[in-house]
Amino acid sequence: MSRNFVLRIFAVFVLGSALASPFATAQSNQQLRFCLHSDPKTFNPLLAEEDSSETIRYLTGGVLMRLNRLTQDLEPELATAWRVSDGGKTITFKLRGGLSFSDGTPFTADDVAYTIQQMMDPNLHSPTGDAFRSGDGKVQTRVFDAERLSVTFPAPIAGLDKLFDQVAIMSAKSPKKEGAVLGPYAVVDYKAGNYVLLEKNPNYWRHDSAGKQLPYIQTVRLDIQSNRDNEMLKLVHGEIDFINSLDAEYFDKLSQQNPSLVHDSGVSLDSEQMWFNQVPTSPLPDYKKAWFRSTAFRRAISEAINREDLARVAFRGHARPAVGPLSPANKFWFNTKLQPHPFDQKSSLSRLTQDGFHMQDGVLKDRDGHAVEFSLITNAGNKYRERMAAMIQQDLSGIGVKLNVVTLDFPSLIERITRSFDYEACLLGLINNDLDPNSSQMNVWLSSGENHQWNPNQKTPATPWEAEIDKLMHEQANSLDPRKRKAAFDRVQEIAWEQEPFIYLVNRNALAAVSPNARNVHPVVLRPQVYWNIDEISLGNEVAKNR
Amino acid sequence: MKWARLFGIGFLIVVTFACVFANFVAPSYAHQFRDEPEAAPSRQHLLGTDDLGRDRFARVLYGTRVSLLLAPAAALLSSLLAVLIGGTAGFLGGRVERAVMAATDLFLSLPWLFLLITVRALLPLNVSPITSVAITFALLGCLGWAAAARVICADARSLAHSDFILLARASGSSGLRLLWRQVVPNLQPIVFAQFWISIPVFILTEANLGVLGLGVAEPLPSWGSLLRELQSYSAITGQPWQFVPLILFVVVVSCFHLVLLEQESPA
Repeated sequence: MSRNFVLRIFAVFVLGSALASPFATAQSNQQLRFCLHSDPKTFNPLLAEEDSSETIRYLTGGVLMRLNRLTQDLEPELATAWRVSDGGKTITFKLRGGLSFSDGTPFTADDVAYTIQQMMDPNLHSPTGDAFRSGDGKVQTRVFDAERLSVTFPAPIAGLDKLFDQVAIMSAKSPKKEGAVLGPYAVVDYKAGNYVLLEKNPNYWRHDSAGKQLPYIQTVRLDIQSNRDNEMLKLVHGEIDFINSLDAEYFDKLSQQNPSLVHDSGVSLDSEQMWFNQVPTSPLPDYKKAWFRSTAFRRAISEAINREDLARVAFRGHARPAVGPLSPANKFWFNTKLQPHPFDQKSSLSRLTQDGFHMQDGVLKDRDGHAVEFSLITNAGNKYRERMAAMIQQDLSGIGVKLNVVTLDFPSLIERITRSFDYEACLLGLINNDLDPNSSQMNVWLSSGENHQWNPNQKTPATPWEAEIDKLMHEQANSLDPRKRKAAFDRVQEIAWEQEPFIYLVNRNALAAVSPNARNVHPVVLRPQVYWNIDEISLGNEVAKNR
Repeated sequence: MKWARLFGIGFLIVVTFACVFANFVAPSYAHQFRDEPEAAPSRQHLLGTDDLGRDRFARVLYGTRVSLLLAPAAALLSSLLAVLIGGTAGFLGGRVERAVMAATDLFLSLPWLFLLITVRALLPLNVSPITSVAITFALLGCLGWAAAARVICADARSLAHSDFILLARASGSSGLRLLWRQVVPNLQPIVFAQFWISIPVFILTEANLGVLGLGVAEPLPSWGSLLRELQSYSAITGQPWQFVPLILFVVVVSCFHLVLLEQESPA
């Protein structure tokens, strides 16, 4: 009898442990989990340029200043103070003292100087360094003592201090190289195609108000999962704690299952836009080149597109009609005087009539009798763009314009819009990470820019308004006065709104899903939307333990 | 198995009729009822609406029409090319046959899908959806002859060495006349078989291109574009009516196979 009883107790204990183990292990280890959609290409923070490597950089890298993703203000991190001088060429830092890298190597100004020299080394081809390349000449670093240094660039850089948000400081002396970090976590294990495991940095400098060392969570496991359906199922089954960026369909699906899981943080920085090919040497007939160069034609096409419908139907309501180059999510730089172009086909037709077009049997024709018909290319496989293209097709048929939608594989599309210029109109999006127009918009709006898509790499501006934009962009880039810079870029936005070389369609919303188990998570519109405050995030039982 | 063939033929006739007279039984396949995206089946929309509010029943009928009419046309084109290339090579034999078959093997070794994507990308952009779909299937027809040509070549070779061809040669028949009057008519059963086999293959290939977004242009539907809606698990759960194009596709392809099996069995 007593033997049976002991066996039963043992059986119940074993069964209970077996059933509880997956969840209990995760909880007792204080492990946060989420998915990367591909393997990180590098662990060197200076070489990070795709999402996965940037995620690792954000979680492990210590930076001098950090842009607070919620307030969009720059906040001190490893540098307690900084000063930009010499007309925007020099920045001087005062560093936090007594800090060490994750392997115990002390942190000094030499490490900052080493990181900057590495970053600007032309042989390394650091994507992070590209934003700092202001002109010919070497970057000078001057170390005053262990906690003070200055960096001088060959030419002024507008918004210089904000660029340091992306620069993870590396150790000059540690034998572990990029394995020694100053951020909240350090990489401890990586299985290609499977996962990346991060562990709390024992020497991380930040503490909470109660004096407890951050981060709260001991380990972060990044499962490598390219399939979005699987990622969603993992979240539903509690195997991961959040999804950083969700599609509108997944958002609605999850919302139906559990509304508390999903967060729509509002309009993001990303935009979707179409443009006409205005390259003078393109192999298009002259009459089409004339249409595309006409501001009235572009404005008319823009007014004939129902942006509200695009946002409501194509993006399931998780987008907003776009206004111009910047979205309202960019709190400081967005020109609040501007409004999205209204959907007004009468006004559109009236503009076209004034420009010499006329309707004949329901078909719009130009003054020489050519029926208005053009093709719109977009990349195959992007359902949102394909939906938008189909909707634009129906909208334009309302003003007698025949639109042929062509989906191309991405390399063919890039070949057409950057080399052969054998296309008429293109629909693409812009993923925007930077708030400052100096880093995100320069290459788009300067007429000599490669990303000046409607007519790139111009030797001299083709139109007076492009010349004015060039002048304004240089003006804002060379000024250190935020008000002057803002005024100049406001005018750029106005010209873009009036001329519409890009017909901005929608700004999509930043959508995320977060398990109720994760605490102190405040999804925002700037990347990384969910884990921007990773060191302050805790899991359910951690909070309970603290109470 | 006669009943299976009858069922296959009957079903294909019904589907063909429904598609040909789609204009009378369904609303426009292109109009977007934007206030009713992804609506459930109703009297107005028998199979609900798609993500842009377009009537799914109309799109299934028109998509079936596109695939059912153009796939046989592409199959006919590829079969003719296969007869021309494979038949001539097999009949002439020797170095010509070896050279043509080596070229055919090279053609077969090319990655089809990438070749189609590349050729598709090189074509002019400003074409109407109807032209675009015709181009897609013409491409399929032009690129799909190689496997059939190999089979036909082997058959033509054995025919060229057969007694009745020897007799025809002895009677003074030669060259094109021999090929046209004696060889080609005797290749008919195998050409028909290749034709029937090609139809479902081309339908599947167009569907594959459609799944990649490179098939028929908007707003024209095809089975490929309709099957794309099933790509995401999350998009289809709770909407079983979205499976109708898939079911129709499987049944139609199966019917083609049933008809083909019955064609082959007497031989």
